[in-house]
Amino acid sequence: MGLRQMLLGGTDEHDLTKLAEYQSIGGYSQVEKARAMTSDDLIAELQKANLRGRGGAGFPMGRKAALLDRKSPKPKYLVVNADESEPGAFKDREVMAKAPHRLLEGCLIAAHAIESRNVFIYIRGEYLTEYEIVQRAVDEARAAGIFGDVDITVYRGAGAYICGEETALLDSLEGRRGQPRPRPPFPPIQGLYAAPTQINNVCTIATVPAILELGPDGFTSIGTPGSPGTVLFSISGNVERPGNYELELGTSMRELIYTHAGGIAGGRQLKAVIPGGSSVPALTARQIDVPLDYDSLGAIGTFFGAASLIVVDDRCCMVQLALRSTKFYMHESCGKCTPCREGTRWMVQLLERIEAGDGTAHDLELLRKVCDRIEGKSLCALGDFAVWPVQSYMDKWPDEFVAHVEQGRCPLDGESSIEGIFAPSDQHTHAPVAEVPA
Amino acid sequence: MSDTLEAKIRKLGTQYPDSRTAILPALRLAQEQNGGWLTLESFELVGDALELTPAYCQAVASFYDMFHQALVGRHSIEVCTNLSCALSGAQQVVEAFEQELGVAPGETTDDGSITLRTVECLGGCGYATVVAVDNRYREHVSPEDVPAIVEGVRGA
Repeated sequence: MGLRQMLLGGTDEHDLTKLAEYQSIGGYSQVEKARAMTSDDLIAELQKANLRGRGGAGFPMGRKAALLDRKSPKPKYLVVNADESEPGAFKDREVMAKAPHRLLEGCLIAAHAIESRNVFIYIRGEYLTEYEIVQRAVDEARAAGIFGDVDITVYRGAGAYICGEETALLDSLEGRRGQPRPRPPFPPIQGLYAAPTQINNVCTIATVPAILELGPDGFTSIGTPGSPGTVLFSISGNVERPGNYELELGTSMRELIYTHAGGIAGGRQLKAVIPGGSSVPALTARQIDVPLDYDSLGAIGTFFGAASLIVVDDRCCMVQLALRSTKFYMHESCGKCTPCREGTRWMVQLLERIEAGDGTAHDLELLRKVCDRIEGKSLCALGDFAVWPVQSYMDKWPDEFVAHVEQGRCPLDGESSIEGIFAPSDQHTHAPVAEVPA
Repeated sequence: MSDTLEAKIRKLGTQYPDSRTAILPALRLAQEQNGGWLTLESFELVGDALELTPAYCQAVASFYDMFHQALVGRHSIEVCTNLSCALSGAQQVVEAFEQELGVAPGETTDDGSITLRTVECLGGCGYATVVAVDNRYREHVSPEDVPAIVEGVRGA
């Protein structure tokens, strides 16, 4: 197929969870190459490669390394964010399950760049099987002397979406409630235990060995000029063949949906694509002729995010989808700042009312206003994540929202594909909750 | 028994640059040894071992979904109901479990064996519906699979 798989390459032919098999395909040889370089030279190579963060924000990994305060007398920390929790994303899990040593090799290279001897991999608590695989890989590589003077600690979270936010992750790793920190100071200056800390996503770090192997020029020849390399795309929802597909950046969204994932399941019609994980603005069926890269998706008002596409067919009610999405963000709001904590509760109440057919035109207006009062006004991006999908559904499917109000019922009349869906927040009581005025 | 647990937690505390970091593994251990949930005694024990107050330990535990502060069943069945699973029929899977177990999400069977929960995204969106049985994922679960899953858990 010609495509070089930077993340999952070799996993079909070999059991890359085993050290010997990973080494048999050249594994860990890039660490030696990196260690022969000075930190400055290595960071320069990483900057040239322009590897953009795969966790969601797309910040260049090399620039992050360059920002780290290497002159600090404190220990430097590298923290791998393996708290993958964005609805729609399941690629970090596959990389850890199938190529854990590639992740560890990337850790050792990145640690050398920032002169760190302490690496933490923070893995979400639910990923028990993957934790065991990564921990075994760590034990095996450490016993083989590959780590040198670096040590890698695998740390399990305990169930909190917000811990994927990098400063919340740091608080959690310090043994606290995982709540985001105000910035500045930024982690490269003051992160874990108030020491300089670099935080990268699993797929970002697991791509680093390929940069050393191909060189920055070889790496940037793959993908697009602004978004080099390959990405593991997670695609799920109403497609024939959901799963992870490692493709070059710049691959068309239509190609991913219709060629790789086999098109819409059951021969139905495409209604919406949420391109970067559930937190980003959705696209309509007419917007899918777009290259999948950071800049192209940004240009049409959404985000590349976590490269995780949720495909929605024409049976789904967008008000229900908005309600289910918002219940998630309400449940995961950490409670530290008011717009997100209170605002998401207002959003859920308003969407419940609209979906039930009890909403008014005023409720639609109020929902817009509540969104405006959350967006950009919370300490971290979770507030925005709650708002962006809902705003985009209201912008792109306005008739559906209006129909709920005008007809006094859901126009899909119990036939929506997600009719009756449950949410964990339904099991909780959030007393005392301020009632949104009718 | 308690002494052993406290010793284990003290040891955990020495494994990190700051002993406070050991609180999540410590709470997990305490929860495992107490049948899957945490009591005030658990918080006192963890607090003593890590030199933290019981209130602090409880505050941390209450933040994370995987720590429980009420009696739970010996086994857990957790159904993901987030977007991708919802679009693939997770609600019918939840209903099948409700029927098979005779409890609603958040409840435990009368014999104390199984707690049913709905959970947020488990990170298996491409393999919907995802169900975690005692933290081990079952993928592509449909309502027809539910009786066998329950039977397997009951036999475990």
